[in-house]
Amino acid sequence: MGANHDDHHDAADPHGRALRLGIGGPVGSGKTALVAALCRSLGPSMRLGVVTNDIYTTEDAEFLRRAGVLDPERILAVQTGCCPHTAIRDDIAANIDAVETLEERFGPLDLVIVESGGDNLTATFSRGLADRQIFVLDVSGGDKVPRKGGPGVTTADLLVINKTDLAPLVGADLTVMSRDAAAVREGRPVLFTSIREDRSAHSVAEWVTSLVGSWHHQNDHTHDHSAPTNA
Amino acid sequence: MQNDRRKGGMRGSPDAALLLLADSRLPAGGHAHSGGAEEAVRLGTITGPEDLARFLRGRLATAGLVSAALAAAACELASAGHDEQAAAHDEQTGGRDGQSDDPAGRWRQLDAEADARTASPAQREASRVQGRLLIRSARRIWPSPVLDLLAKAVPNGVHHPIALGAAAASAGCDPYQSALAAAYNAVTGPATAAVRLLGLDPVTVHRLLADLAPALNDAAHAACASLIDDVVMEPGAADPFGPYGTANGDAKGSTRGPGWPALPGHAAPALDLLAEGHHSNTMKLFVS
Ligand SMILES: Nc1nc2c(ncn2[C@@H]2O[C@H](COP(=O)(O)OP(=O)(O)OP(=O)(O)O)[C@@H](O)[C@H]2O)c(=O)[nH]1
Ligand SMILES: [Mg+2]
Repeated sequence: MGANHDDHHDAADPHGRALRLGIGGPVGSGKTALVAALCRSLGPSMRLGVVTNDIYTTEDAEFLRRAGVLDPERILAVQTGCCPHTAIRDDIAANIDAVETLEERFGPLDLVIVESGGDNLTATFSRGLADRQIFVLDVSGGDKVPRKGGPGVTTADLLVINKTDLAPLVGADLTVMSRDAAAVREGRPVLFTSIREDRSAHSVAEWVTSLVGSWHHQNDHTHDHSAPTNA
Repeated sequence: MQNDRRKGGMRGSPDAALLLLADSRLPAGGHAHSGGAEEAVRLGTITGPEDLARFLRGRLATAGLVSAALAAAACELASAGHDEQAAAHDEQTGGRDGQSDDPAGRWRQLDAEADARTASPAQREASRVQGRLLIRSARRIWPSPVLDLLAKAVPNGVHHPIALGAAAASAGCDPYQSALAAAYNAVTGPATAAVRLLGLDPVTVHRLLADLAPALNDAAHAACASLIDDVVMEPGAADPFGPYGTANGDAKGSTRGPGWPALPGHAAPALDLLAEGHHSNTMKLFVS
């Protein structure tokens, strides 16, 4: 026994599975709005699944289902027991279960998006859960936030600064935010959005599209050179 | 002696393995379950340390003891699985009845024993989800054929105490340690949830848990004692437990049936009601 041919519960084997994209950031910054925007712009060309991590209700999952941007059955909600960061970083079991459930039911998928519950600046996704991650800030939190850093701001594969439409109202200086973010991110990309005005978040959608493209290419490539599976 | 088998682990350092298994940091989804504490807090049944202490004692004496016994039985079954695999290589063994070839069926039977002891549908669901998550993590942490078998035998998730017993066996723990881990789990999850929900002093709550330590040991002993009440049948006697009752042949030639139907079945109607109430509440932080 021991050889375990059809085990999909084993350590993440990227062959053929969907890219797992984590979307994190503080409460209310626009994570769900971004997920909806990505579903709108990528839905027609990609096979998608979404996992939400709501804090107290299934509000985000319900919002996305009502928005009609994706087949409601492809949206699963995970409950996090007072600790949203635990569920994406320290004990990712329930989220992995949800992602694999989506892949089993609707697979193969191209992209599974996992939205974290709104949390603080230190909350990032475990690599065991997300292959890539986006951190979403909004300008109304003040233009000091990028300077404050924290692993979300400094290490996310993409930093999105949302609600630029509000900048004049809250006196946020976008050039300051841009400069400070660049200073702590060592060249990793930053995009400014106003999802209120651009409901398909096209700049972020473009970034995700190229990510998914290179993910598949990379895995096809690996696959060509690997030993036969099910050995 | 049966007791010798109950003490033996498959891998060394069972005490350290037990610590890993019982640690709340084990990444197996347990942090999101309150074991009824969230609903009890909402209803005003738990408002402070005194209420919590009573809640935990009651939970340990009922659901905790049942979980402990199921975990011990699962650990025993998992260990027996290893013995049998070894024996299967021995052509001289012979004489085994056909049921030995259906280990998956025995796991389903033990799972049905857990089902029979879990009245609330919400609790069943919570238990199966936690069992599924634990098996998934345990298969990577302590890989073993028995965990692979169990995952296939009950693909939607085996009950949590059974997953715990099987994981414990794979980690090298014995049935007593499995029972202890299950009893410990039964009180620490709700205790932590109460700390978070009510802002209780965590040191006060840990003191409550320390006070419960002797009761945890007692529960684990009682769980193991319930395993010893296996049914011994003379050769040729009718098997009261159906196809699974004759799985373990003993050295004397009589047939030993697992005494699973006689495992503790203490009910806790209040916990069942809390679980159901929690399930239908749409404003909640915990899964159960
Ligand atoms: N003005 C403005 N409002 C926005 C923008 N994007 C999102 N919002 C609004 O901000 C609020 C919060 O957006 P969500 O997408 O729910 O934020 P979230 O990060 O998912 O929030 P949590 O999941 O609760 O942490 C909603 O009322 C959105 O309509 C934007 O670009 N501009
Ligand atoms: Mg949201």
